Amino acid sequence: MIQVGLNHFLVVSTALFALGILGIVTRKNAVMVLMGIELILNSANINFIAFAKFGNFGFQGQAMALFVIILAAAEAAIALAIVLNIYKTFSTVNVDEIDTLKD
Amino acid sequence: MNVYDIIFYLFAAITILSAFFVVTTRNIVYSAYYLLFTFFGVAGIYVLLGADFIAMVQLIVYVGGILILLLFGVMLTNRITSVEIRSGSIHVVPATIGVALFAGILLASMWNTEWKSVDTAAPAATTQNLGFLLIHQYTLVFELLGILLLIALIGAASMARK
Repeated sequence: MIQVGLNHFLVVSTALFALGILGIVTRKNAVMVLMGIELILNSANINFIAFAKFGNFGFQGQAMALFVIILAAAEAAIALAIVLNIYKTFSTVNVDEIDTLKD
Repeated sequence: MNVYDIIFYLFAAITILSAFFVVTTRNIVYSAYYLLFTFFGVAGIYVLLGADFIAMVQLIVYVGGILILLLFGVMLTNRITSVEIRSGSIHVVPATIGVALFAGILLASMWNTEWKSVDTAAPAATTQNLGFLLIHQYTLVFELLGILLLIALIGAASMARK
């Protein structure tokens, strides 16, 4: 068996990214779409840290991963506030039924 | 195959399997719980990559914060009569084909690229170096992110109150 190296981590992050896109595209519920976005952000973070370790970039990659986590927290809070407003307006959060911007 | 490899395969399996269940389970609450295992697996992978501080931040922010927010989102946007909160999927077959093609392209380009791969030993103190970086090279980014978090907090509170 091959020694675990950079490519192994990249395969994991590719799988997470593909599953995240699958979740965003196929699921109806807006909260599920948010979960897909979180999966994609995690896969990007794995890439940042893996390249920082194996590309010998010091701590730059880890700092970027920290920033991504902070942005993900802000994004989740804002997105859930928007989803709550959508639920108040349309009484549903299924993204395929919400097709008006303004009533 | 040494211990490092075995632990890597373990965490990779946890991460990918639970991410698969997140996407495919029909019950949203179960999806949120599978997401918990995905985040734990990713934190383990961070530790294997020598980023212990990021792994702890991942556990605190994602598991302790974002996952709870998502669960609240699920509970506030469904008329809860039982634990069964179901949500359907649309366009599953074409989306799966498209995503599989996309992942194939990504993997092919990954294998055909000669990545620079230096095997460096993990440094002992990542927290100290990371903190040094944050107050030296990334001071402006750090301050801006603080302001952004404050704005996001106020914005989310005022939007949800309407």
